[in-house]
Amino acid sequence: MLNYLVRRLGYALLILVGVNLFTFVLFFTVNTPDDMARLNIGGKRVTQEQIDKWKSERGYDKPLYWNAKHQGSEKLTETIVWERSVSLLALDFGRSDAKNSVDIGHEIKTRMGVSLQLAVPLFLLQIVASTSFALVLVFFRHTRIDFWGVVLCVVMLSISSLFYIIVGQFLFSRVFKLVPISGYAGGLDAVKFLVLPVLLALLARLGTEARLYRAMFLEEIGRDYVRTARAKGLAEHIVLGRHVLKNALIPIITSAGSYLPYVFLGSLVFESFFGVPGLGAFVIEAITGQDFAIVRSMVFLGAVLYIASNVLIDLAYTWVDPRVRLH
Amino acid sequence: MPKLVLLWTDAVLYVLLIALCIYVWRVRTKPNLRANWRRVLRDPAGLCAGIVLLLFALLTFAESVHFRRTLPPAPGASPAVATFYATRTESLLDVMLQRQHEMRESSYSAPLAYLGFTKESFERDGQTVRGYPRLAFGGAHLADPARQWAGDVLARAAAGCAFGLLVACIVSLAAAAALGRQHGSAMQALRDIATDRTDYPLRAALVTVGVLCMLGGAVIALMDHYHVFGTDRTGNDVLLQALKSVRTAFVIGTIATIATLPFAVVLGVLAGYFKGWVDEVIQYLYTTLTSVPNVLLIAACVLMVQVFLDKHPEMFETGVERSDLKIFLLCVILGLTGWATLCRLVRGETLKLRELEYVQAATAFGVSDARIMARHIVPNVMHLVLITTVLNFSDLILYEAVLTYVGVGVDPSMSSFGGMINLARNEMSRDPVVWWSFAAAFGFMVTLVLAANLYADAVRDAFDPRSRSFRPRVLPKLIEKA
Repeated sequence: MLNYLVRRLGYALLILVGVNLFTFVLFFTVNTPDDMARLNIGGKRVTQEQIDKWKSERGYDKPLYWNAKHQGSEKLTETIVWERSVSLLALDFGRSDAKNSVDIGHEIKTRMGVSLQLAVPLFLLQIVASTSFALVLVFFRHTRIDFWGVVLCVVMLSISSLFYIIVGQFLFSRVFKLVPISGYAGGLDAVKFLVLPVLLALLARLGTEARLYRAMFLEEIGRDYVRTARAKGLAEHIVLGRHVLKNALIPIITSAGSYLPYVFLGSLVFESFFGVPGLGAFVIEAITGQDFAIVRSMVFLGAVLYIASNVLIDLAYTWVDPRVRLH
Repeated sequence: MPKLVLLWTDAVLYVLLIALCIYVWRVRTKPNLRANWRRVLRDPAGLCAGIVLLLFALLTFAESVHFRRTLPPAPGASPAVATFYATRTESLLDVMLQRQHEMRESSYSAPLAYLGFTKESFERDGQTVRGYPRLAFGGAHLADPARQWAGDVLARAAAGCAFGLLVACIVSLAAAAALGRQHGSAMQALRDIATDRTDYPLRAALVTVGVLCMLGGAVIALMDHYHVFGTDRTGNDVLLQALKSVRTAFVIGTIATIATLPFAVVLGVLAGYFKGWVDEVIQYLYTTLTSVPNVLLIAACVLMVQVFLDKHPEMFETGVERSDLKIFLLCVILGLTGWATLCRLVRGETLKLRELEYVQAATAFGVSDARIMARHIVPNVMHLVLITTVLNFSDLILYEAVLTYVGVGVDPSMSSFGGMINLARNEMSRDPVVWWSFAAAFGFMVTLVLAANLYADAVRDAFDPRSRSFRPRVLPKLIEKA
């Protein structure tokens, strides 16, 4: 177990270094710090002095990859790539590039809490709803209920999530006036703002997930242990609910686990449509404002979360299936 | 002579069409491929979805032939002077829908309306009145619209439907005549089609053709005199935008998937075949790539492309070329960031294949690694490639809408479903609601994606025997209540 964790951590570091280098090459080769300065200062005539001032204020006044002015290892360390990479690996995100530069780390901390409020209920409800819907379909397999259920799934997964949001907001907020159309408030008031996005996000993914889970259950149902359970005389709902469900948990965890990074990062679309000030909305603002420092930090954070959630998934395997040993 | 403009995406689509023709020719000569494709066509849902997709594909190709018109020479200019071309790039579809381009109203109007949507002050009989003005084109041919409108719309729609039905009947009769020899007589063939006793599910296919013809007929009959799906804020016909958006969706769906293939197949086969450090490096590459959340990665790349395009304005002559280059680069980005899933599948399959006897036999005969991979491995992973390609198609169309909403999708000057939805968002919060752009985008997009999904399912069932058992079937009741 310890062995496994150490190895995973080593590999994770290697990947993070790769991600970091990749994003740097991506961001700085096309868009040099001079261009960034010009874009951020704005206006047609930007003097070199202004650019230099902007760069030194934000610590972009060093060479990108190689500093020939210095000696020894400082040739590598006195560069933008090195400084930024080291601070990112220490999860110090620095300040954003925009005029009213914000502390990215602080922003992430406050916004992640909001994102979690939206994403945790969604994540849990998603698993429960999709699994139960799929189980019902499997229970009624080879009947019309299963057939039309699958048809419903295919239709639902063919509809863009944007349609769910727009129609949902229109119906529940404008026509029935049940919940506010968008916005956010702290404390208990958050519930009335978050209930609609959670339900709509649930609905938007139900088709895909339920169909996938149904296939997983059907795969299990052909196994010998199911036949044995039936031969013992167990009722079908017990076979499904106790035996099949437990054994199908591994693929379900794999599939649901792939959403774990988004539990923390929040959903871009849902947060920005419903005006929830989470990380997803933060990213969209950064993209539309072309604030590269924020996008870079979020790319890195996303990679960290992805790796962490993969370890969590592996740990979950050992929990649901004692046969799985990590080493 | 108009000047033909070959846009990036056009060129790729032409190449794809040629590749498709070569593939069809290959399928005809390979019995196992032919059997699998027959299975796709025997699936009623797959066949019907295929017909719908074919219609959309035709639309795409009509929209993919671009040219710039010659401008008439200036009066008095000598004929030797070089001809000038219009700055606007048009497509074949634009020419076909010339009238819809010209039918430009001043602002919003509801579907099939003859009055404007917003109240305005205008002159009538010499005095200024405030009310809903008549549209410049929608229902302009009616003398007394209040009484004639309903009858006129119904008559035109019915005539269009009837014509569509006629076309569908002719197609059915042609199908029956073609099947005549197989089924004894054309009459018998017709009877067999009606009772669904044909080799391929022709009844379902013909019903699809019939429905499409009737809908299309009604729309075509109405569209010259009304705005079938209304007009948007600047008075443009929504139907026209929706039809143009189909091409955008199609381009994203096809080119972006094709763009993933080189990386996925080459790297996947190399990793699986050589194992060892090659495998380690390639696994590291795709793990790194998948570690970054997809939307963020794409957003980052698209932002860079944006900066690049802004710095190099000399790469394109007209606005259309710019937005086309942008969508092409978007497809490339989607390809470069999306190859990991398929690569993993191909690697796994190659690991399995390289241990099989025929590969060992080839190695024993001294066949080179490159040749083994090309002749023995790649053809045997192609079914995975095909299944992933068709499955990806619909996902990418949905993805485009989200990316455009986020602001990293296609150019705002290009019609796309994402752009339409984006505008619809504000329109839906108006009072009274402007719902038609949204409804049109919804209708076209769902039809396209649903057809793509059904077709993909049929292809997967045909090429992957394992997935067939997940298909919902209603089994006939064996034992009636005893």
